[in-house]
Order: sequence, then structure tokens, then C-alpha cells
Amino acid sequence: MIHVLAFYLFAGLMLLAGLLTITARNPVHAVLWLIVAFFNAAGLMVLLGAEFVAMLLVIVYVGAVAVLFLFVVMMLDIDFATLRAGFIRNFPLGVLIALVLLGELVIGIGAERAGAIRLGLPDVAGQAPEGMSNIAAIGALLYSRYLFLFEAAGLILLVAMIGAIVLTHRQRGGVRGQNISKQVARRPEEATVNLRPEVGAGVKL
Amino acid sequence: MSWALSLRLMAAEDVLSISGLVLLMFAAWGGDRATRAINWVAVLTLLGAAALVAPTMAGGAADMSAFYGQYSGDAFSAFAKILIYLGAAAALVMTPSFLERMGAARAEYPLLVLFAALGMGLMVSATNLLTLYIGLEMNSLAAYVLASFARSDERSAEAGLKYFVLGALASGILLFGMSLVYGFTGSLDFGAIRTALDGAHGGAATVDGVLSQGALFGIVFMLAGLAFKISAVPFHMWTPDVYEGAPTPVTTLFATAPKVAALGLTMRVALFAFGTQVHAWQQVMIFLSLASIVVGALGAIGQDNIKRLMAYSSINNVGFMLIGLAVATPAGASAMLVYLAIYVVMSLGGFAAVLMLRDQDGAAVESIAALGGLSRSRPGLAGALAMIMFSLAGIPPLFGFWGKFVVFQAAVQAGMLPLATIGIAASVIGAFYYLKVVKVMYFDEATGVVANGNELSHGVILTVSAVVLSPLGYLATGWLGNLAATAAASLFHS
Repeated sequence: MIHVLAFYLFAGLMLLAGLLTITARNPVHAVLWLIVAFFNAAGLMVLLGAEFVAMLLVIVYVGAVAVLFLFVVMMLDIDFATLRAGFIRNFPLGVLIALVLLGELVIGIGAERAGAIRLGLPDVAGQAPEGMSNIAAIGALLYSRYLFLFEAAGLILLVAMIGAIVLTHRQRGGVRGQNISKQVARRPEEATVNLRPEVGAGVKL
Repeated sequence: MSWALSLRLMAAEDVLSISGLVLLMFAAWGGDRATRAINWVAVLTLLGAAALVAPTMAGGAADMSAFYGQYSGDAFSAFAKILIYLGAAAALVMTPSFLERMGAARAEYPLLVLFAALGMGLMVSATNLLTLYIGLEMNSLAAYVLASFARSDERSAEAGLKYFVLGALASGILLFGMSLVYGFTGSLDFGAIRTALDGAHGGAATVDGVLSQGALFGIVFMLAGLAFKISAVPFHMWTPDVYEGAPTPVTTLFATAPKVAALGLTMRVALFAFGTQVHAWQQVMIFLSLASIVVGALGAIGQDNIKRLMAYSSINNVGFMLIGLAVATPAGASAMLVYLAIYVVMSLGGFAAVLMLRDQDGAAVESIAALGGLSRSRPGLAGALAMIMFSLAGIPPLFGFWGKFVVFQAAVQAGMLPLATIGIAASVIGAFYYLKVVKVMYFDEATGVVANGNELSHGVILTVSAVVLSPLGYLATGWLGNLAATAAASLFHS
């Protein structure tokens, strides 16, 4: 019972948040509604027993993607009014694309149910160990059987990081950087001077 | 399967990755002053890695697979890796002076090349869809950055962006194909995919001996994604722009090592993983090869930039190599490997010559018209470049002819006469633009633009490749043929 209630709660809130994402006038609000939708999707995944996917949704989508969106929306000077100007004109096209996607889903799942699509059976070699939560099972495979690929993927991230730094980092002129050793090495006698200016002559520094 | 054994099998990759990480530290603390030193250590690392895989070329142990069959260090991968590492090392040797003149020398350059070479090694060793993709992305990500390395140069930035956007699209297509193949065969492992696709023995992805529609889609999408990476027509659009825009040493790299890696990967995927369904992809390969030969030959005619010309030449050459793949026999595969080895030497020599073309101020000369009268002002350079051009055109007695000869021979032996005929006809068209360069150098008015660019490292690479491409190269045909045959044979056992 509580399961069903939770499902309708998450699903309903998710639909609502999705609707508000595309109708909100303020783009920042739209991104916030998107985050609400992601959270509810994560809730649905927990109900399905896929807690790893739920965690990924929260960490990747909420933690990284949504915050990135928020940065883009707040930092770039985009005129959202002009972006939205064609909304009504393009509405039929959008509906058409949505219908095509829905039709493909229905046909695909229908064909699979009817036995027209025969998917391959997963091989036993990479099967998850029995009786583990799925987080533990993924970990057990990732750090043993697929360790080599996991490490190689780490190197890809390193390459991406080096690349990003190479392409964006540069020495700029006219920047007052902090030089800590120079600050520490400063002596009071170099930093301050005593002057006795004459009246009306002013000080030359 | 012990970890120690697996790590020993991939010794070259271990050396490359550890050396890359250590050099990264030197780059971080040494800064750009250390660029030259890091560059030379990277060259030595690549040569060392090549030496490590060399013994495997002759065959090696029966089971060379490591990490639960995700990686294979067989004779085929060793052959391809030797070409990759030597190509990358030669490209690195020619890099520092060029980038220093552009003011774009950075310590990260050799590191990116090292990691790219690591990714390329994984590509040719991949016996699992995941290894395939990880190797491919490691190579591509480094390549995108390398293409836009001279970021103050507008053309270089454009090349990087173009390469990145189209490369990401191709990766998407490849991944889509991979997901279909995985879905219909139920495995990521090449051997298991091969079994599942085997119609004669009731494979999982076949119905009454006929390949299922979904798996066929997967195969075609995967090959389309790979065709982009080898720049076969109709997925070649990016090649001329990227080759022209990227700094010339980077173009040298692109024309050699990644080409070997992508072609090697395509060979292993087509001949081994999809080797039980040759009919499903043979037509695709025939189309790709003929279209590449024709478009590569016709597209090059109107070019006036020598880097663009080399780009079309690489498209054209990929077409000839794909003939060997379309034949789908061990002889075809071995012919393709022989061609690949010769092509790498031709590209290295050609780009070494292009790098030596500099005007009074030391700026690079890329226009073909500026080569006028080169035979009088720089007879040695003109002679070497002319030899490379004749070799690319496949004119005997130069060694480039041998590559085309073995490929066409394999096609004729397999009874694919039309394929060979069209290929030979198109190679005559291709000869036109190679000869045009020779004509400009030897018979046109002297422009006197090229006045600079004597550099020992470039000269050495140019001389070595000229010697290999000269009729002396024929002394190596038996040796090269044997190695290629051993390498190709390891793709056909199952």
C-alpha cells in the first residue's frame, strides 16, 4: 500500500515538476523545477530497487548537470524571451516529434512482447554475484573483472583534464597575483618610512 | 588468469602509462622550460614500447589474451603497435622546433601524444567492446586537443572544434551500434559475439541461420562509426579541414598512428568479431573502399594547399587498404597490413618534407604554387619529395607500388575482379595530382619562396623514408610479407 502511495507521489510530483520546468517564465526557476523532477525520478528508482541508479541520478544529474545548467543560465547573457518567441509556432512540430518517439516506444515494446525481436541472452561470465545489493554487486565486478577498464577510464579523465587545462590556461599580463614568499620576506624598514613634511609642501611618495 | 600475467602481456601499455604519469609531474613542476627534455623522453618511451612488443610479432604464445579476454597482445596487435609507436615517435621528433616557432610549445604536448599512443595501442588490442571504446576515446580526446594546440591560430582552433563535434557524433553512432550488437548477441566479448553471430551453428543472434535484423543494424552502425575514424568516404568531410588547420606536426601524427589504430581496430572488428557474418558487411566495405578511392582521387585535383592534398591522398589510400578488408581473406588482411606499413613510411616522409618547406622568415609554406623551382634551389628536398609523390601514386619501381600490388593481387585471387579494376583505374586518376606536385617543383618558374628549413631531425626522417621507399625497399618484401601474414593469421583463428 505504502509502495503504491509512494509511487503516485513521486510520479505525480515528477510530472508536475516537468510541466513547470517548461512553462516557468524565469529560467532559474525552470532549472530548479528540473532538479525537483530529478529528485522524484531518483525516488522512483529506489522504489524499483535500483538504489545505485537513484544515487547516480542525484549525484550526476542534480549534483553536476543541474548545477551546470544553473551556472549557464545565471552567468551567460541569454535573452530567453527571444529564445521562447517561436514556442507557439513550433508547438505542433514538438508535439509531432513527441508522438513519433511515443509511437517508436509502443512499436518497439510491442514487437518485443510479441516475440518478433529476440534479444541475446546475457553471458554468464560477467554476471553479478548472487545475494548482494546492487551497489555491492557493481563494486565487486568493477574492481575485479573490469578493473583494467576502470583504470583505463581513469586515464581518459586525466587526458580530458590535461586537455582542458592546456586549452584554457594561460599567463595573462596585468594581473596582480599574490606572491607569498615576497610578502613573507618583506621587512618593516622597507615597508614604512618616516617623513616630516613641511607645512604646505605635501608629501612625495 | 593472474593479474601479474595480464600486466606482463600489456607491458608496452604499462610503460607508456607510467612514463606518461611521471612525465606529467615533470611537466607540472618543470613548466614549459622542460618541454624539449620531456619530448625526448617521450620519444624514448615510445621506442621502448615498440621494442617491448616487437618479439610478439613473430607469433608468441598460443593464448595472448589478458584481463578476462578484454585485451589481446597477439601478433596482429604487435604489428599494428610497432607502426603506431614508431609513427608517433617520428611525429614527436619533428614537433618541438615547429611549435617553438609558433610560440605554442607547451610541456603537455608530448604527454598528450603518449596518452594518445596508449589509447591507440588499446584500440588494436581490444577484444571487448568496452576496451574498444575506451581506447578510441582516449586517442580521440587527446587528438581533439592536439588539433587545436596552437590555439592562438584561428585555423587550428577551428580544426579542433570541427574534429571534436564530428568525432563526438561518430562516437555516438558507434555506441548506438555497439549497444545494438550487445543487445542482440548478449555479450561484449568479441569471441562471444563471433559465436552468437554464427548462423551455421545456430548463434543466438541468428534465426534459422539468417542474421537477425537488429544485429545487422548494429553491425552497420558500428562500421559507420569506425568509417568516420578512418576517414573513409562518405564520412571523410572533416579530414581536409582538420589536416589543413592542425599544426603540421599534429597532422603528421594524424596521418600515421591514429590511421593505423583505427584501421587495425576496424580489421579486428570486421574479420574477427563479425567474421562469421562476412556477407553482412562485405558490401559496406566494397562501397567504402571504392567511394574513398574515387572521391580521394577526384577531390585532390583542385587543391592548392599541400596539407589538404595529403588529406585527400590519405582518403584515397584508405580506400586502397579497404580493398584488402573487403576481400575478407587472410591474404587480403595481410596485404592490407603491408600497405599500411608502406603508407606510414610514405606519410612520415611526405610530412617531413612539408615541414622543411619554410620561407625567409621561417614561416611554414603550405601552398603548392610556392614549390616552383624547388628542384634548382633545394635539389635534395625536391628529389625526396618527388620520390614520395611517385611512391604515393604507386609507380614502379618505387616501394609504394608494392602495397597497391599486393592489395590488388589479393582482390584478384578472391575473384573480385571489378573491385580491382575500378581501383586500378582510379589510381591512374590519383597519379595526376601527385605528378602535378612534381611538375611544379621541376618545370615551373622559380618562386624563391622556400628558402629555409634545414633541420637534422627532419632530414634524417626524410632520408630514412626515402631509402625505404626506393627500390631498396623490395629487399624487405619477404620479411614484411611474413610478418603481415603472421599478424593477419591471428585474426582468423577462432
